[in-house]
Amino acid sequence: MIPESCQPLTREQMAWRAAQDLKEGDYVNLGIGIPTLAASYVPSGREVIFHSENGILGMGPKPAPGEEDPYMIDAGKNNTTLVAGGCFVHHADAFLMIRGGHLDVSLLGAFEVSEKGDLANWSTEDPAFPPGVGGAMDLAVGAKAIRVIMEHTSKKGEPRILKSCTYPLTAAGCVKRIYTNLAVIDVTPQGLSVIEMIPGMTLEALQALTEPKLQLASNWQALAPPQARAA
Amino acid sequence: MIDKQVKTTADAVAGVRDGSTVLVAGFGAVGVADHLLDALHEQGARELTIVANNSGNGDHGLARLINSGRVRKVICSYPRSGDYSAFLNAYRAKSLELELVPQGIISERMRCHAAGLGGFFSPVSAGTKLGEGKETRQIDGRLHVFEKPLKGDVALIKANKADRWGNLTYIKSARNFNPVMAMAADLTVVEVDGMVELGALDPEAVVTPSIFVDRVVVVGAQVVGAKA
Repeated sequence: MIPESCQPLTREQMAWRAAQDLKEGDYVNLGIGIPTLAASYVPSGREVIFHSENGILGMGPKPAPGEEDPYMIDAGKNNTTLVAGGCFVHHADAFLMIRGGHLDVSLLGAFEVSEKGDLANWSTEDPAFPPGVGGAMDLAVGAKAIRVIMEHTSKKGEPRILKSCTYPLTAAGCVKRIYTNLAVIDVTPQGLSVIEMIPGMTLEALQALTEPKLQLASNWQALAPPQARAA
Repeated sequence: MIDKQVKTTADAVAGVRDGSTVLVAGFGAVGVADHLLDALHEQGARELTIVANNSGNGDHGLARLINSGRVRKVICSYPRSGDYSAFLNAYRAKSLELELVPQGIISERMRCHAAGLGGFFSPVSAGTKLGEGKETRQIDGRLHVFEKPLKGDVALIKANKADRWGNLTYIKSARNFNPVMAMAADLTVVEVDGMVELGALDPEAVVTPSIFVDRVVVVGAQVVGAKA
């Protein structure tokens, strides 16, 4: 149970937190879902270049209503824009950038992450539907830093940070940092290290919502984002 | 005089045989050679293997080929995109086979064929369900799986402008799979918005050089849906 005094982060606040770690000059791929929201929260004055798997380097924000360009879509097939300095590449080069270690950060959604940094984010093995992998497996192997944004628990309140993933793996041992609605956790060779928790959260309460053992970093901080903006 | 332009989309897809592997470019609804897909439907080839990122939408283009029972197998990364009911119905009826390939591996396998290489090792899918059955090798301490080249008998390409040699330019994110697929097929067929005089394209701006192109047909400007 989440302590009653705690206010879990919204999706927008989780995206805000992940965006604070994007550095000046980083080339970044944002996965579909919550990671996409992070583009709006890069601190002002910091120049970050966004990559889209379908062949855009220098992707901009959503277009204003009426300004949509039918030739400009993002990985989620929504309309997008190009920033000054942006360019187009063909698909194989877009994935060369992904796989070849050219991106600084790949920010992904996840169903589950293990204590070793194994990632499961492509299949729930629903037999009623065909599987789809898209760029998930490429994105999980190539970037210099692979980070995940996800709700700390399932809708039923069960842990999604596990000793080992129950869903099929996207890639083994790839995740280095996890942003949840309750905490920021680093995956280290010594295990999971909690570097931030929301106000009111305790290590004991967080541990009860997490399967593998957590350690509290000696220099841990409060995770306190600004009030959620309107989505 | 070299002139790769043909008069009609029917001329463009003439001779596609039953059992062909067809590379269908595009990402969602953007950069898809819809006119050539319609012409292939009219042409009637059957038992096709389709290589594409997605699996078609509604009942046009690739989805229409599937609904008409022309497709035996789809090699794609993400069939679940937009209204993919044509694919879903055929998949559930087991009337077509799905080979699911990570998105970047599809394009790299095609580039590999285009480059005359016999395959490559990649860490993508190593240790996962999609890597099962693939040859593996440890390279610099990291597990890799072997990926074979992927060749098309035909590629259906959407470009913006062409000259009579078949040099091509594209528009923005409609470029996507087109340049890679254009290199990876025995017969590369292109629909374009318009032709220009030889020499009119800026040589620095040509994305697909003419050596990869066999036939070009003018279909006029593309109208695409933003969401698919």
